Amino acid sequence: MAEVTYLEALRQGLWEEMERDEEVFLLGEDVGRYGGAFKVTEGFQDRFGERRVIDTPISEAAIVGAAAGAAHMGMRPVVEMQFMDFIACAYDMLTNYVATARYRAGLSTPIVVRGPSGGYVRGGPFHSQNPEAGFFHTPGLKLVCPATVRDAKGLIKAAIRDDDPVIYFEHKYLYRRLKDDLGEDEEIITPIGKARIAREGTDLTIITWSAMVWKSLDAAQTIEKEDGASVEVLDLRTLLPMDDDAIMASVRKTNKVLIVHEDSRTGGVAGEITARINETAFEWLDGPIMRVTAHDTPVPYAPTLEDCVLPQTEDIVRSARWLLAY
Amino acid sequence: MQRGAGVMTPTTRLSREQLLDMSYYLALTRSLEERLVNLYRQGKVIGGLYRSLGQEGESVASAYALEPGDVLSPLIRNLGSMLVMGAKPVEILRQYMAKETSPTGGREMNLHFNDLGLGYLGQISPLGDMISVMAGICLSFKVRDESRVGLVYIGDGGTSTGAFHEGVNFAAVQRLPLVVIVEHNGYAYSTPTSDQTATPRLVTKAKAYGIPGITIDGNDVLVVYEATRDAVEKARAGAGTFMIEVVTYRRKGHAEHDDQRYQPKEEIAEWAEHNDPIDRYTATLLEQEWVTRAELDDIARRVSTELNQAVEECENDPLPDGATALSRAYARPPQVEPLWFRRLDG
Ligand SMILES: Cc1ncc(C[n+]2csc(CCOP(=O)(O)OP(=O)(O)O)c2C)c(N)n1
Ligand SMILES: [Mg+2]
Repeated sequence: MAEVTYLEALRQGLWEEMERDEEVFLLGEDVGRYGGAFKVTEGFQDRFGERRVIDTPISEAAIVGAAAGAAHMGMRPVVEMQFMDFIACAYDMLTNYVATARYRAGLSTPIVVRGPSGGYVRGGPFHSQNPEAGFFHTPGLKLVCPATVRDAKGLIKAAIRDDDPVIYFEHKYLYRRLKDDLGEDEEIITPIGKARIAREGTDLTIITWSAMVWKSLDAAQTIEKEDGASVEVLDLRTLLPMDDDAIMASVRKTNKVLIVHEDSRTGGVAGEITARINETAFEWLDGPIMRVTAHDTPVPYAPTLEDCVLPQTEDIVRSARWLLAY
Repeated sequence: MQRGAGVMTPTTRLSREQLLDMSYYLALTRSLEERLVNLYRQGKVIGGLYRSLGQEGESVASAYALEPGDVLSPLIRNLGSMLVMGAKPVEILRQYMAKETSPTGGREMNLHFNDLGLGYLGQISPLGDMISVMAGICLSFKVRDESRVGLVYIGDGGTSTGAFHEGVNFAAVQRLPLVVIVEHNGYAYSTPTSDQTATPRLVTKAKAYGIPGITIDGNDVLVVYEATRDAVEKARAGAGTFMIEVVTYRRKGHAEHDDQRYQPKEEIAEWAEHNDPIDRYTATLLEQEWVTRAELDDIARRVSTELNQAVEECENDPLPDGATALSRAYARPPQVEPLWFRRLDG
């Protein structure tokens, strides 16, 4: 079978779920007739009709609120944010309403909110964000961040079937750059809450997710070739709930941890991972837990500036070397 | 912007010099965008390119109705408003090309920059946010008893945001001197206005906020000027917030990469052939014999020369030095420290 892109795999996942369950429907800005700003839902309205692929006004809070209401009634809405940067406009609805619904009211709210996030595309401050940390701090939500073509498909399917609200952060840099052959035989579902060892290693663990998995793999390869050291790369795939078992198993194996994320440093998810390792596996560490992240600034527009603010492969190589030598 | 001088024309409050001045800004807006398209095709524009083709009239004329000291906040398609307020073509070019010399030093893109001294506050992308910020600017005018007015633009799509509602309501109930221009150009990205709001006339929203509003032909430059000037004068006199719905049409796609296949070709052609704001304005000026063809030709030459110079001046400017990205997140300290891994040797 032919190779498909990350974007196409996501489309396939959405398509299959809509074929499987007629309670699944899509809503968002320009998702219908136009097929979405990045064409993720192109052709969906032709197949599934205007009742299941709904073009909405530019009203992120209302889109999420309406999805929540429909979900209470047993439907399975999938919301598109045109860019994940604009999920901020629905922050109240997601954190105060959606995330608390089960706990405070026993209400099931199985919605998925998905959309393009991430930088390296010269998109400037409002088309490059990774707005994961605020939602990571919100009990009641689940967060997934596919790094691979396979997980782009497997995680959207799992997210749609999940009985809790899931935010699905897809990475726009990976959309058309990643390709893989998914075969035809099996149904691909990536369980939520399960990390994946992207590369086996023995000397150091890089814990990462989304587009940073690829930079980390490149760095691991460089280090193996030039330094002869063996680096494990753990792709978390899900941030909430976090796969503590996979993290601790890798820590016990390599005894050194580097956390790599694209979001800025302060208050970023790396801090929480560090704390969990300290609480659970401190005695297994042979060095400090270190992190490679973006700097604490907005993501700037000019290529030179963006390259300075966001983590680069070379940063991971140098950090890993420093830690290996520790 | 030229002000005051000269003999008034019979049917408007504008002098001949001012009419020609608006012609200049209209031509400058359109030609600057055409230069940008060339640069975009050469790969020199770093991000997306957004056009205001067919909407230059409402931008230029509404901004022209302001007085020194007034402040406006443009959207992505209000290049003309920015130029009228005094933004320079070379600054716009540098912004699009992310040059070190750009007003934001490469931090931000296209029209997203400010000069509060000249009277413009750059937008951020999330639509609607600028309305309440402009309400706050007008609040400062009111509290300080200054005779200044604010003007803010919002698209037909942008009126669907919660931010629009909160911002206009806030300005209205506080009776702030703010003019809200609603640009009804038929589309928000691919979404036609009929899918955006159940009211065919966006100005009906003004009623709900208890403020006056009118709908006008957004491609009639003189009508936009007169209507905005009326609203600005009333706002300045203490009458509060106004809404003006300008009916116009987005002849290009949402951005340069958008093939606009959702816009009927005949619809685009109809507006291009019969309802171009610059053509209409020029025809009126000539018919009324307020200006001569030679004067307009002079303007075209001037615009062309100025833009040649502007492109030449900045085309080869460098991109900013990467490390400058870490400055200016805070007043103090003014520089974010490079992270630990950037301080490692080799
Ligand atoms: C809150 C928010 N949601 C989504 C977007 C993405 N977006 C950018 S422009 C646009 C369409 C805007 O349409 P309109 O307000 O009619 O302005 P026009 O482009 O027609 O000038 C959209 C959806 C955004 N900028 N802000
Ligand atoms: Mg519009």
